[in-house]
Amino acid sequence: MDFNLTEDQIMLRNMVRDFAQKELEPQAAALDASAEFPTVTIKKLAELGLLSMTIPEKYGGAQFDFVSLAIAIEEVSRGCSSTGVITAVHNTLAAWPIVNWGTEEQKQRYLPRMATGELLGAFGLTEANAGSDPASMETRAVLKGDKYILNGSKRFITNAGAAQLFIVFAKTAPELGSRGVTAFIVERDFPGFSLGKHEDLLGLRATANCELIFEDCEVPKENVLGEINAGFKIALGTLDVSRIDIGAQAVGIAQSALEKSIAYSRERKQFGKPICEFEMIQAKLAEMATKIQASRLLVYYAANQKDTGKPRFSQESAMAKLFAATTAVEVTREAVQILGGYGYTKEYPVERLYRDAKCMEIYEGTSEIQRIVIARNLLA
Amino acid sequence: MILSAEHQRFQKEVREFAQSVIAPRSQEYHLNHKFVMENIRALAKKGYLGIPWPKELGGLGFDHLAYAIVVEEISRACASTGLTVAAHTSLGTYPIIKFGTEEQKRRFVPPLARGDYLGAFGLTEPNAGSDAAGVETTARLTDGGYIINGSKRFITNAAYAGTVIVAATLDRKLGKKGITCFIVETKSKGFIVAKEENKLGLKGSNTVELAFEDLFVPKENVLGTEYGGYRIFMETLDGGRISIGAFCLGMAQCALDSLIEWAKGREHSQQTAKAIADVATEVAAARLLVYDAAITKDAGIRADEQCAFAKLFASETAVRAVNTAISTIGFDTLKNSSTLGRLYQDVKLGEIGEGTSEIMRLIIAKEVLKAT
Repeated sequence: MDFNLTEDQIMLRNMVRDFAQKELEPQAAALDASAEFPTVTIKKLAELGLLSMTIPEKYGGAQFDFVSLAIAIEEVSRGCSSTGVITAVHNTLAAWPIVNWGTEEQKQRYLPRMATGELLGAFGLTEANAGSDPASMETRAVLKGDKYILNGSKRFITNAGAAQLFIVFAKTAPELGSRGVTAFIVERDFPGFSLGKHEDLLGLRATANCELIFEDCEVPKENVLGEINAGFKIALGTLDVSRIDIGAQAVGIAQSALEKSIAYSRERKQFGKPICEFEMIQAKLAEMATKIQASRLLVYYAANQKDTGKPRFSQESAMAKLFAATTAVEVTREAVQILGGYGYTKEYPVERLYRDAKCMEIYEGTSEIQRIVIARNLLA
Repeated sequence: MILSAEHQRFQKEVREFAQSVIAPRSQEYHLNHKFVMENIRALAKKGYLGIPWPKELGGLGFDHLAYAIVVEEISRACASTGLTVAAHTSLGTYPIIKFGTEEQKRRFVPPLARGDYLGAFGLTEPNAGSDAAGVETTARLTDGGYIINGSKRFITNAAYAGTVIVAATLDRKLGKKGITCFIVETKSKGFIVAKEENKLGLKGSNTVELAFEDLFVPKENVLGTEYGGYRIFMETLDGGRISIGAFCLGMAQCALDSLIEWAKGREHSQQTAKAIADVATEVAAARLLVYDAAITKDAGIRADEQCAFAKLFASETAVRAVNTAISTIGFDTLKNSSTLGRLYQDVKLGEIGEGTSEIMRLIIAKEVLKAT
C-alpha cells in the first residue's frame, strides 16, 4: 500500500485546485443563490479534460485512474459543491457505464461527444416511489418493432436540465423484480421524452436537478445498454464506483469548511485574543482535520481497490461514502459553529457548505443503505 | 489492504503466530495479573522485538509499516503483550537508534533487539504528565558522569528492563531547556523499582514506579547532547504514537472480530447491522491512518500531525468499538473472564498513554493552524 501520490496525481491535484480557486469558488455563492446551471463552466471543465476522466483515449477521452478521478472531484468540490457533483455524475454515472457495458457502436457514437462536453450525461434510476428500494421502480419498457417504448418517470436526477444523454433504468420483465430491469441510453430529443419540474433543493442548488418524464418514449433497440434484464447489475455496479466520488466530493466540501474555519479563527478576536488560541476551538479544528484525513484515506483506498482490479469493492466504497458523508455534515456544522453568528449568515460560505453537505448522506445510497451493504459483506 | 506482497506475507505470518501462540494465554495473564513473559520470549525468538532496526544491530531490518502490523496483530491477540512490544521498541529502543552514538548503538541495541531484556522510557513523573517539561528528577555533574535523584511513575516494562531512557533536569530554572536524557542501566546502584502500579487494565503488562537515589550514570551514557533531552523525548513520543495507534487498532479489530463472530448466522436487527458497519468503517479508517503514518515515517518524513491523527482516532475508535460490541452482544460479555470484558479494561489506556487525546488535539490544531 502506498498513499504517496504519484507525480502525475500531484500535478493533477495542483492543476484542479488552482482552477477551482480561480474559477469555481468565486461564483459558488451566486450559483447557489440563482440555482442556475453553470453552462459556461462545463466548457472549461471539458477543456481541462475533467469531463473525460473515465473515457479511454481511443474515444477522445483523457482516461485517468480512479484515485486521480477522486482527487479531481475533491478539488472541484472544494471550490464549488454543485460543480463537483455535476462532474462526478457525468464521468462516473453516465460515461463509465457506457465504457464498461456499452457496445463498440455505442462507445463510438457517444463517448467522443461526452468527452468534449457536447453531450452532458445523467443517470435515471430513482423514482418517486423507488429510492432506497430501486427494484420497486414503476417505469416500464415494452418492445415494439425495433424500438422500446418507455413509460414512467424518474425523480431527483442530477444534471437532468442540462444533459443530452441519460442512462435510464426501466422494467422489461416486471414479474422478475430486480431481474427484470434493463438499462437504456436515452437521448434528450427522443420522441416522448420530456423534463418535469426543476427541484428546489436545500443544497447543491446549481445542479439542474429535474424530473424525467417518459410518455411512450421511443428508444431504439440498439440503445439497450448491456443485456436485456441485466440492468440492475449495471445500476449497482455503477453505484459501487460512483460512491467513491461522492466520498471525494464530501471530502472536498469538508476541507473547504475546515479552511474557512481556520482562517476565521485566526482573525476573530474575543476576550482579547484570536479565538484559535482557545483550546475548545483548537479541539474542534483537530477533530475536523482528523476525520477529513481519515475520509480521504478511505476514498483513496476504495479507488485504489478499483484501480488494482479487485472484482468486488462494494464494502470499501460504502465505507468511504458513509464515513466521508458523516464527516462532511459534522465538519460543516462545526464550521458554522466556529463562525458563530457570521457563520449563520450568507456573508460567509459555511452555511452554504452546511446545506450542500447534507445530500452526501442521502444520494447514491443513504448512510443507512451503506451500513447495510457493509454489514452484509462482513457477515457473508 | 493493498500492502506490498512482502508486507502481506509478513502480516499473514504474524497473524497466524499471534492467534496460535499469543492469544491462548491472554486471559490467564489478565486474570492472574501475570507478566506476559512467555509471550515475550516467543516474540524474541521470532525476532519481533527488533523489527525496524538494522540487521547489524540485531534487528530484522524491516520497516515501520511492518512493525505497526506486528503491534496490531499482537494486540489483537493480547493487548498487554502488544503494549509491552510497543513500549520496548518505540520508547525503549528507538531513541538509542535515532540519537545514540555508534558506540551506544553497538553496546545497547543488540541485547534489546534480541530480547535479552526489555527497554523502557522514563519520562512521566507525579507532577509531569501532559506537561512533560515539568520534570523534577535532577542530574548533577560529578567526576566522570552524573548523579541522578528523583522518581518516575507509570513506567512500562521497567521491572523487566535492562536499560531505561531517563529524562532528568540539569537546571530546573531552564524549564524544558534544562532536560537531558540518559541511558540508565537498571543494574546500577541507586536504581530502584519502588512499586508496581495497580492498574484498571493491561494487567499482563508491567508498569512501575521508579526511584533514583544517588544513581551514578557515566558520561558516555548521555543520550544526544546535554540540555538536548526535550527534543529527544518529543520526537520519540511522536513516533511512539504510531505504535500506540497500532496497539489500539488491534484491540478495535478484536472487538470487531467478536461482533462478527457473534452475528454470523444469527438473525440480527438493523441496529445490529448498523453497529457492525460503524465499527468496521471506523476500524478501516483507523488502520489507514496508522499505516499512513508508518509509511510517512519510513519515507523519512517527520509527521507529527499524521502520528497524532493515528493515535487520536485509533484510540477513540477502539474505546467505541469495545463499547459497541458489549452493548450489542449483551450480558455474556460482561464478565471479567470474557474477551470483551478484558478488552473493556485494556482499551482505555489508549486515550491516555503517550499523550492524552486532549494533547493530540492540541498537536493537530497547532499543525493545522501552521499549515495554511
